[in-house]
Amino acid sequence: MSDHIVPVRVYWSVFITLLVMTVVTTSIAYIDLGPFNLLVAMTIAVFKATLVVLFFMHIKYSTNLTKAIVISGFVFLLVMVFFTMCDLLTRNITAPGR
Amino acid sequence: MWTFLVTEIMFFGGMFMAYIAYRHAYPLAFAAASQKLNIILGAINTTVLICSSMTMAMAVHSAALGKKNLLILFLIATLLLGGVFLGIKGVEYHDKWVHHEVPGPNFEFEGADAQHAALYFSLYFGLTGLHASHMIIGAVILIILIVKASKNQFSAHWYTPVEMFGLYWHFVDIVWIFLFPLLYLIDPRK
Repeated sequence: MSDHIVPVRVYWSVFITLLVMTVVTTSIAYIDLGPFNLLVAMTIAVFKATLVVLFFMHIKYSTNLTKAIVISGFVFLLVMVFFTMCDLLTRNITAPGR
Repeated sequence: MWTFLVTEIMFFGGMFMAYIAYRHAYPLAFAAASQKLNIILGAINTTVLICSSMTMAMAVHSAALGKKNLLILFLIATLLLGGVFLGIKGVEYHDKWVHHEVPGPNFEFEGADAQHAALYFSLYFGLTGLHASHMIIGAVILIILIVKASKNQFSAHWYTPVEMFGLYWHFVDIVWIFLFPLLYLIDPRK
């Protein structure tokens, strides 16, 4: 494990940013942006998750092996979503008899 | 520990995939059903969980510096915030129960597509239930850590259990960071 000690002010900045982002994403839910509601909500969620992984979970200060394991976890999640949606989105085109 | 968390990503990932597939298939029913959730309670719970992640990060920080009393204090704070989260979740579940929004024989929905609104609520209970069970397991481990810390079993040289549990707790926080917009913020509020 990394012996790097993260300064407390880094935790505080991350913490404040996470709280602000929660207020922002909740407020935007009251405004109708059409399809952009989903885009904005997910962008903010990914941003928050990245902050937690990098600083609270110390990945910014971890070894390359640990980083590779973390990235592989999320990459394979995206692989699953990508290929499942490739299937679901093209069924109407390829299903026989349609 | 990270290898375990990667398996957890896949564990939750399967349910997230089911959610994405069905939301894609029945967007209107999902949007209508999501209006039934209490966005304020959801936002409060997001805040509570972020606070508990902060106290957990401070607990690991205190452990690394060998500050035993601060470590115990922050672990207890994390446990209390986790309890608040589960309490609010319990209130929300109770609301769903009272309003016949739990899928099953007593399910009632006034929208156009009640069948698929029930599907949304099944996924809601599945995803938040899986998340809440992780919180309950986390709370049990927190109690064990508090006992061990008070018996001086951790030092600045060795606090691996605290650090590992911190990763677990932050992971559970990340799951909620995605659950909140996906379940509560689907459809603009009217």
